[in-house]
Amino acid sequence: MKTVVNIRVNGVEQKHEVEPRTLLVHFLRDCCRLTGTHVGCETSICGACTVLFEGKAVKSCTLLAVQADGSEVTTIEGLAGDGRLHPVQEGFWERHGLQCGYCTPGMIMMAVQLLERNPKPTREEISHAIEGNLCRCTGYSHIIDAIEYAARKIAEVKK
Amino acid sequence: MIPAAFDYLRPATLDEAIALLELHGADAKVLAGGHSLVPVMKLRLAQPKTVIDISSVADLSYVREQGDKIAIGAMTTHYDIEASPLLRDTCPLLTELAPQIGDAQVRNRGTIGGSLVHADPAADWPAAILALDADLEIAGSNGRRAVKATEFFVGMMETVVQSSEILCEIRVPTTARSVAYVKFAQRASGFAIAGVAVVVDGANKTVSVGVTGVAARPYRALAVESVLRGKVLNRDAIDQAAGIAAEGVEPLDDIHASAAFRAHLVQVNTRRALEVAVSRG
Repeated sequence: MKTVVNIRVNGVEQKHEVEPRTLLVHFLRDCCRLTGTHVGCETSICGACTVLFEGKAVKSCTLLAVQADGSEVTTIEGLAGDGRLHPVQEGFWERHGLQCGYCTPGMIMMAVQLLERNPKPTREEISHAIEGNLCRCTGYSHIIDAIEYAARKIAEVKK
Repeated sequence: MIPAAFDYLRPATLDEAIALLELHGADAKVLAGGHSLVPVMKLRLAQPKTVIDISSVADLSYVREQGDKIAIGAMTTHYDIEASPLLRDTCPLLTELAPQIGDAQVRNRGTIGGSLVHADPAADWPAAILALDADLEIAGSNGRRAVKATEFFVGMMETVVQSSEILCEIRVPTTARSVAYVKFAQRASGFAIAGVAVVVDGANKTVSVGVTGVAARPYRALAVESVLRGKVLNRDAIDQAAGIAAEGVEPLDDIHASAAFRAHLVQVNTRRALEVAVSRG
């Protein structure tokens, strides 16, 4: 039986009728037409589907849309504002933090949450934070560079 | 991968949740953070007809002092335990173990109660819960009952929690800093292939050792504890004791590790965990 799920996605109310078994990632991609969030392994491992749920990074393939009813979700589409990239997006651009790009939305959302909790992470802390995000192209070092770039950028802006 | 169809209910109180469980019986499953249940539903290893989401039940997520124990609400996430200043000061085994679970996203959603009731033989919490000799409080329609960690795990994916009951609180003792959790993890999932939690009680000259990942259910390495009782924990004593960490246990044998490898790993990790815990004493 279908049920109405109401989630505030990137500040916009999204109200759609779905089955309780609908995963959050499919709600975002199929109902909201926000396809920046990727479906990767579907087994809670790869992190390509990472979004912010009430400000916390979660794997949207492992959450039912009904569990998010009444909550706030931020996806990669919600980061850039006024035509300007978010500092983490800028870091990935400037430091070549991607090749094929498939893992990138999830990597970026994870990095955004990391820098909120820990504005000056060490390279080791960044590695630990992105353990749940797999990249098969970069070998990770440019991703860590990108997140370090973003940390510096955010600190500069705050000054 | 989409779960089989089910009805979704989100009760507002624990009593209401228990009443719903009684009504729907064994066809219902309790949904906490969903990081054990949703994956097995997606694989269709579990196909409950009714899912009862207890995330709206008030006061199941907390860490607080209660007499000489620390009480942890069953819905407390792995991250909230990892970040708890109270636990870092009073029960550091839990704050050392928490960041070793899964990954950051999983720790944001997964709950200690959900993990314990799911009773995956490779989950991390059971090792610590056993080593700490925790008390687990279970709510049912006839009130609440408390069981010891050693009585909690029945078998693979099976605990003493009945189909119309809900685990609501975990109570752990305060400890000194002489504790450690050392695991060999499955590379992709982070699940324990052999995880060993150790609590060294310097005053009473005892150790307790909880093991997960190795057997169908987590266990206390009683043989290790017994030979170390009253001993000075020097290198020889630790080496000798760690050598019997798999005694009386039938190790699991699967694609991740053979039984012989698991038996080896538990000895190595018992030695390492004891060494680390002693060094912190």
